[in-house]
Amino acid sequence: MFVRLLRKHYYIISLTVMFVASIVLNELLPGHIATIIVLSLLTVLAGFHIFKKALMDLRYKMIGIDLLVTIAVIAAFFIGDYFEAAAVTYLFTLGHVLEKGSLEKTRSALKALLDLKPAQARILRENEEQLVALEEVAVNDILLIKPGEKIPTDAVIIEGTSLVDEQMMTGESIPKERSVDDKVFGSTLVTSGYLKVRATAIGEDTALSKIITLVEDAQDKKANTQKFIEKFARFYTPLIVLLAVIIFFVSWDIRLAITMLVISCPGALVIATPVSYVAGIGNAAKKGILFKGGDALERLTKADVVFFDKTGTLTKGRPELKQIVTYNIDENEALRIAALGEGFSEHPLGQALIEEAKKRDLKLDERAVDVELIIGKGLAFSYNNQTYTIGNHKTLSFTLDAQVSLDIEKLESEGMTTLIMSDSLRVIALFALADSLRPEAKQLIVDLNKLGVKKTVMLTGDEERVARAISEELGLDGYHASLLPLDKAEIIKQYQQNAKVIFVGDGINDALALTYADASIAVGGLGKDLAMETSDIVLLGENIGALSEAIRIARKVKANMYENIILALSVVLVLIVGVIFKKVSMSIGMLVHEISVLVVIINAIRLLAYNLGAKKWKKKTLPKAV
Amino acid sequence: MELEKEDTFMTKTVFQLETVTCPSCVKRIEGTVAKLGGVTTATVKFNASKVEVEHDEAVITKETINKTITSLGYKVLSVK
Repeated sequence: MFVRLLRKHYYIISLTVMFVASIVLNELLPGHIATIIVLSLLTVLAGFHIFKKALMDLRYKMIGIDLLVTIAVIAAFFIGDYFEAAAVTYLFTLGHVLEKGSLEKTRSALKALLDLKPAQARILRENEEQLVALEEVAVNDILLIKPGEKIPTDAVIIEGTSLVDEQMMTGESIPKERSVDDKVFGSTLVTSGYLKVRATAIGEDTALSKIITLVEDAQDKKANTQKFIEKFARFYTPLIVLLAVIIFFVSWDIRLAITMLVISCPGALVIATPVSYVAGIGNAAKKGILFKGGDALERLTKADVVFFDKTGTLTKGRPELKQIVTYNIDENEALRIAALGEGFSEHPLGQALIEEAKKRDLKLDERAVDVELIIGKGLAFSYNNQTYTIGNHKTLSFTLDAQVSLDIEKLESEGMTTLIMSDSLRVIALFALADSLRPEAKQLIVDLNKLGVKKTVMLTGDEERVARAISEELGLDGYHASLLPLDKAEIIKQYQQNAKVIFVGDGINDALALTYADASIAVGGLGKDLAMETSDIVLLGENIGALSEAIRIARKVKANMYENIILALSVVLVLIVGVIFKKVSMSIGMLVHEISVLVVIINAIRLLAYNLGAKKWKKKTLPKAV
Repeated sequence: MELEKEDTFMTKTVFQLETVTCPSCVKRIEGTVAKLGGVTTATVKFNASKVEVEHDEAVITKETINKTITSLGYKVLSVK
């Protein structure tokens, strides 16, 4: 381990040994020929790649830091400042090595995503199982995945049911049940069950590859703050060079002039914003939150008003049984009989009854007979020689009595849809269903208020009574119901006159609203290309609660970036003043400069450790082929 | 036929470099590669350490561009 480290870094380690020797020699034998030889050797060894880049700069007519440092070093050499020349080249080189290592760290989050891809796939060819390299898999190939293995590529399940851990992509820790006809994504983990799937996309077309490309583009997309700083930096270097020239001609103090050159690179300043963004965007991506760039991230921090789409965003987008009202029958018995009948229907409302019956562990192994589906009304069936109907009031052959009518009215006023169950003579039960809220929605609204969001508003095409019920349950500040897509955009524009607004939707039906909002967020974006394209921020998982996390991360990143800018600016200022008043020598200038760059990078690395309770995923790969 | 068609079209090649550390490297690489004959655009993605080059493969090959980048002092890890 130690030896390997030594071998890998032998260059910088031997330079460091030489540098320490130089300091000692320079103290003990200043001006001695041996000292001068060691110092010169160090300058050449540490500096040859700087000089090489300087030559390139000359060739392509550019003023780069390498050229300026080279000029300074040569000048120092000529005026006999051998120690300064050696120290500056050594510190510059050491700085680069350390910066490279730490910059790699800021980019490590993306690398972690790249490393998710399994190397191999278990393919089924002519009924034989074969392990092949991932690159060999083609669309429509049949693949097998065993528990504990990663799904090699995006696919659709053709056989089997299993729990799939998608945490590495969505940040959601609970594995999801996936069975026949469900889509699964490459690099997600099968935690239990055996799957046979058909590949639907490979290579660059997979969801993971698209996510990686998106994050990569986002990290390199220059935000406004960054552009501003770069504009400043562009003037800074020529200005300092000019200052150095003026100083030289005014004072004929060559030492002062070349010291100025050494500090002319605004390295820390230029790197201040990108490192924060890279670390922040990378870290967010690991939690299933994709920022499409630094600007998107900055806009999210400023939100005053948050608009929500309803169906599929605040709600799950499918009905659930909320309440049962019974008339002289046991609740579970009514539900059980209803579920037996609904077993023959594929209607989402019926499915919701079955789901609830399963949840309550009711015995569903008996069969209903004489099932008849009545389109637009409901269904009729027999069980234990008794005929039942379930559906809306049109299924009834008699008029409702006053009490039942009242109950129905009450349930519907609360935003629910009712299914009426009757035997041939009377109503025996009412099932009230509603599209249920996402479990995290309520807490999200509380969190948003805590984060200083002034208003939370729901925009929906649904009826007033449904909108009101949801709005009250969640504690929203307001809602607009019965809207057309165009209306949503209009409302957003109205609010925008005196507030920054963000819009949260499922990214499918809200293209217009997404365009108009200051920042748009799509929920459940995994595998939805359109949502990924149109929105500024994509929450890959279904968990809408990730929105408050996204805002927190965005604010953390922004604060981090400002810390970096302030630090970098102060260092630049201190150095200029220090050099002018001759308090800062060439080597000290270089040292402070390199330290400031490192501090800025390390500050950004803190963003990688910024964790909001997400667990680290386990690394698991396919067994190696023998 | 197909080949001829491709020859006259611009190719986009992506060079993955070793970690690029200083923003001034970006200018150095972009400036140099963009000046090569047959290259229309050269973009360096600083954070991804990638160079994206649009070029006419008939005038300048990937290999030549690769050599130029390497001669600037940047190791090319892979070409796509």
